[in-house]
This record gives sequence, structure tokens and C-alpha cells, in this order.
Amino acid sequence: MRLALVHARYQLLETVRIPIAVVGSAFFPAVAMLFFVVPFAGNDPVGATYATAAMVTFAVMSANIFQYGVGVAEDRDQPWNPYTRTLPAGPAPRFAGRVLAGLALTYLSLIPVVVIGATLTEARVSAPAFLLALATVAVISVPFTLLGLAIGYSMPSKAAIVVAQVVFFPLAFGGGLLSAPDQAPGFVEVVAPFLPTRGAVELMWATTGDYPVNPLSMVMLGVWVVLLAVVAGWAYRRDEGRRFS
Amino acid sequence: MSVVPPDERPVILARAEAVSRRYGDVLALDRVDLEVSAGELVGLLGPNGAGKSTLLNLLVGLRRPTAGRVELFGGDPRDPASRQRIGVTPQETGLPGTLRVAEVVDFVAAHHPDPVPRGELLDRFGLGELARRQTGGLSGGQRRRLAVALAFVGRPRLVLLDEPTTGLDVAARHTLWEAIRAFHDDGGTVLLSSHYLEEVEALARRVVVIGHGRVLADDTVDAIRGIVGVRRVSLVADELPALPGVVRTERIDGRTHLLTTDADELVRALVTAGVAFTDLEVRPTSLEEAFLAITATDAAPGAGAGRPTTAVADPPTTA
Repeated sequence: MRLALVHARYQLLETVRIPIAVVGSAFFPAVAMLFFVVPFAGNDPVGATYATAAMVTFAVMSANIFQYGVGVAEDRDQPWNPYTRTLPAGPAPRFAGRVLAGLALTYLSLIPVVVIGATLTEARVSAPAFLLALATVAVISVPFTLLGLAIGYSMPSKAAIVVAQVVFFPLAFGGGLLSAPDQAPGFVEVVAPFLPTRGAVELMWATTGDYPVNPLSMVMLGVWVVLLAVVAGWAYRRDEGRRFS
Repeated sequence: MSVVPPDERPVILARAEAVSRRYGDVLALDRVDLEVSAGELVGLLGPNGAGKSTLLNLLVGLRRPTAGRVELFGGDPRDPASRQRIGVTPQETGLPGTLRVAEVVDFVAAHHPDPVPRGELLDRFGLGELARRQTGGLSGGQRRRLAVALAFVGRPRLVLLDEPTTGLDVAARHTLWEAIRAFHDDGGTVLLSSHYLEEVEALARRVVVIGHGRVLADDTVDAIRGIVGVRRVSLVADELPALPGVVRTERIDGRTHLLTTDADELVRALVTAGVAFTDLEVRPTSLEEAFLAITATDAAPGAGAGRPTTAVADPPTTA
């Protein structure tokens, strides 16, 4: 545990020394808030709250897919990574440290979205619901963290950047993150419950409003978590760093 | 090998037994055997691509052998407990550029129960002044010294150094050599790879020569120096008499190439024999050339252009 914190601290140090990396994961959801949520749903308290929750889900997804997918793949390209594997510690501390640092950065990237939601829209949430939403963020980080890890451990960094970008938009759109609850285009409504983004955003909606979750979305979210955990675990085990080093 | 009573047998810190490692179609290591005992300073010598790094990576648990067995302190190197008392050097380019020198040292120290105090370690490697600098801003030599220093943070019993001084100037190289020697004098065990014979000569007592994934020789520095001291004498001549010290003869495009352990003696013999030659050239052979010549001789005696080939005076113990 002490080592996990050491690893988390150094991961954060490395990220924070290049602050633009932190800005990046917070930028897109914040801009989406300003362009789509504030003008269209800003005056309706219920709609604005749901939309803000959807943007939070969006931010959680993009922060995790990118920082794990691209971050892990880039680390695997660095000779420093194999070096750390020669230190007398198993993979657990480094892994746990990475997840802790990832969660910290995820929360950080949510700040602009939440601030915009609170100040520029009518979105409102009670204090207990807010705390519950904070915990929900950690829960819905799980599938996207696993997705990022699966990408990061299974491909080189150049491929990982592309794949992260390719999976990210269909997941957001297909899961209905860019539409109000149950008002997405017809085909999205059909596809959405089968995507992990839908289960995630429904949990956020249920936490911040009184949205009744769709059992199918929840089951599929569970299926995704198991599936992605298997893929990520497989990718991690077969990874021996770069093939030639 | 003489029989040693069990209690006097040296403690083997690292061992490779018939180890092979394949990358796709490339066989990087081919049934390699190696034992490093406590207190030894062993040089792994060989050209680039010979398999030195692969062997070190197997010994520190970064990779699994395709076949055979590797052991570190009697255990599997992939088990963190077996790596408790080793020190490894990252490649110089591999230091995280945004971290400060002191932070990198502290990070590694956090993995060890009784690390060398940071100030003491940095001073030993002449890095005391640089503790606050980000590693990305260091010169290549400073980064290299930091990389080597990291191997010593955890008070290791065995350090494995992969080409520790590649790209360093002479002064920096000697500083590092001093540090490695001091560690060895205190009872530490060292396995270092290099493609410089000079480096291995300066540090090691025992040399293991690797080429094409195999152990070509495992012997004392003196014995290896005799083998590597092979020169290539090339000339244009019609017919040559029997000449002393020729390891191998080749005829390429009208030139005759003689690999010899004593170029001076060979040239004297050429002159005394009154051979009509032109365009004489004497060049040092590369390590690779020398060892290929020797292994080729071992594999097919007398195959050198139909001429009788003489074996080296002190043939290597090939594996």
C-alpha cells in the first residue's frame, strides 16, 4: 500500500509537470457543456442537471480511456517502464498507483464541467446526492479504466491514440450521452443499452435525479466490466514491454 | 572442473541453464549456460545484437526464456523476492524527463528496505550538485551516471549493468569504472555487458564472449585478449608459403586475407620468404570477425581456402 502511494505520487508528479495533459482531458467536456448544454438546456433545472450528469460521464470516459489507453501505451515504449519492473516489487503497487493517480486526475478533469453546470445553468443537486455522485464517478470509472488498460497494454502508442479516439465518440454518442434521457435518435435508443456508456450515465442520472435505471443497461454494464477485465488482464499478461529492447 | 567440497562451493547468485530465447523467427539466445558466483566481476563481451541484453533481461526477470531455466539467488527472477538484492541500470534515455534527480533516487529507494542515503549516493557518482535538476535537462553523461547510480541504491549484492559507459567521454567512463571497482572491492558481484574490450579488460577478471546468441568463450581476461588480439593482414600475392600464426585464410576478389595472432611475425616471415606481394594492409579485426574466425575454425577445421589452418595457441573453451 505504501508503495502504491509512492507510485501514485510519481505518476501525478509526472503528469502535473506537463500541465497541458491535465487541461486536455478537462477541455472537451467543458467545451461541450458551453456549446450544447448551456444554450439548450441551461434554463430547465431538471434537463440541465441530467445534461451536466451526462457531461460528467463523458468526462469520466474520455479521461480514463485516454490516460490509460494512451498513457499506458506510451509508458510501455519508455525504457523506464521495464526498469521499474526489475525493482523488487510485483506489478500490484505500480498498477494500484496508476489507478489511484488516474482517479485523482479524473476528479480533476470534472471540475470545469461541474463549475459550469453550477454557475451557468440551472442544474441543481442536493448535498447528499452530490456526495453520492462523487462515489458513483469512481464506480463508473471502472469499465472505462479497464477499456483504457486493454487498449494501452495491447497495442503500441501510435495505434493506441487512434483506437482511443475511434472508440470514444461512438461510445459517447451511441450511449446517449449527447442527448437528454430517452430523447436520443431512434437507433441510439436501440443500441444504447448495450453500450457501457449507457449503464454509466443511467447510474449518474439515478444519483443526481430520479431516473429509473433500465435493468438491461445495468446487466450489460456488468457484462462489459467482466469482458473488459478479461481483455485487459490478457493484454497485461502477454505484454513483455517492447518486443526488442 | 575439479571437485570442490560442498561447503566450499561458491554461492551462485545468477544462473542460466541451457537458456534459449526466440523473438518470432529470430533466435536471440541459443542454449546459453552461465553461472555468476558471489564476489565475481564478469564481463559479457560481444558485438551489438549478439544477445547480451537479452541474456541480462532474462536474468532480471524482464522476459521469460523460451526454453531452459534462469535463476537469481536460487529463485525465479520473475518473483520480486528474488530481485531484492540486485541492482539494475535503466537505459540512459529511459529516465522520466520531468522528474528531478533526487526524486528519481527517492523513487527507487522506496522499493528497498535499507537504501543508501540519497546524498551519499549522489556524491559517490559526482551528482551531488544536480539533485534539484530535472533529468530531462541533464547532459548525456550525467544521465548515464544517474542511471548507473540507481543500480546501487538498494545496497545490492549483485549488479547487472548493460553497457554502462556507452557514449561516455573518457573522464566520465573512468569515474564510473572507479565506482564499479569500489563496489566489487567491498565484496559486491558484478555482471556487466560491453562491446568494448578495453572496458572489460579494465574491470573484469572473467570474460564471457557472446556472439549470435551463443557463448563463444568463457575464460580469463588474458586468454580472451589473446584471441581477440587477432589482426587481419591482407595483400595481393600469387602464392604464399606456410606462414606462422595464421588462424584463417580467405581469398576475396584477388586479395588474400590472413587472420593472425601475431601480425608482426607474419609480416617478417613474408619478407624473409621473399614473397612477391603488393598492397599490404594490417587492420585490427572486429570482435565479431575474430570470434567468427575462431568458431568457424572450430566447426570446420582446415576449411580456409584449402590451406591448412592453425588453431589459436590457447583455444577458447567454447560452449
